[in-house]
Amino acid sequence: MSEADTHEISVDALRAGDRDEFARFVDLYSGPIYRLGLRMLGREQDAEDVLQNTFLKVLQHIGEFEGRSSLSTWIYRIAANEALMIVRRLHPEVSLGDQENEENDGFTPVQIVDWGALPEDKLLSGEAKKFLDRAIQSLPETLRVVFILRDIEGLSIKETSAALNLTETNVKTRLLRARLNLREKLSEYYGEHFPRELDNE
Amino acid sequence: MSDHKPANISCDQILGLLTDYLDGQTREEVCREIEQHMSECHNCRVVVDTTRKTISLVHANADTPLSIPEDVRERLFKRLDLDDYLKRQNTQ
Repeated sequence: MSEADTHEISVDALRAGDRDEFARFVDLYSGPIYRLGLRMLGREQDAEDVLQNTFLKVLQHIGEFEGRSSLSTWIYRIAANEALMIVRRLHPEVSLGDQENEENDGFTPVQIVDWGALPEDKLLSGEAKKFLDRAIQSLPETLRVVFILRDIEGLSIKETSAALNLTETNVKTRLLRARLNLREKLSEYYGEHFPRELDNE
Repeated sequence: MSDHKPANISCDQILGLLTDYLDGQTREEVCREIEQHMSECHNCRVVVDTTRKTISLVHANADTPLSIPEDVRERLFKRLDLDDYLKRQNTQ
């Protein structure tokens, strides 16, 4: 969900404690935030924690929202932080730092399988969808959160960088790694499952 | 736009430009260079095409309803002291 979708929400009404407006805001954003939690953490209970904690924080801090970013970016920032806090709690060994000097190393494409022209029913069969979900779930957290905000929730590079407090260059690097990582896994999957069709390409 | 016009694009440079290219953020002359390279380099063409397809599959797969389960919504509204809103909605 992007900035344009929240234009109908009145920040002034939220700041003034208008409960109906807040309820509308919750209904507008609970779906994307719950989905973000599920994609980040993989468990319904954790996604629900992200959801509840995010809106509790919105209630506590709406008075401090200065409008420097959009309301949409602001709530994604809160939700992403909540999700990453749970990741840290569950996996303290995971490093979530902002590595500004990240290079594109280690992501040189290996699989050169031209599966793009396979028919849609094969590309998105029930099993392929599950594989894709698992592949997204297996991305390292630092890449996954960028990928979810940009490629699933549809935030722009600029909005993603504001939500995660990363530079745009850093967002692009992580996004590239995430996309290439998934491409690699899908290439392996389709190569194994449809060798005959791909031979005929 | 983070690129400049390269004299001759290498396979490594294609990777570096890939995010901007797939997001439609590269200048026209750079697009032409990339496409010229792809017409001569099978591997890069496959990588670019399948990366583009990967993103479109993710979009198609993510295109599920954005609503949350009703019990999750109820607990959320209760936690936020919005029970009244729920009750009013249910009686409408």
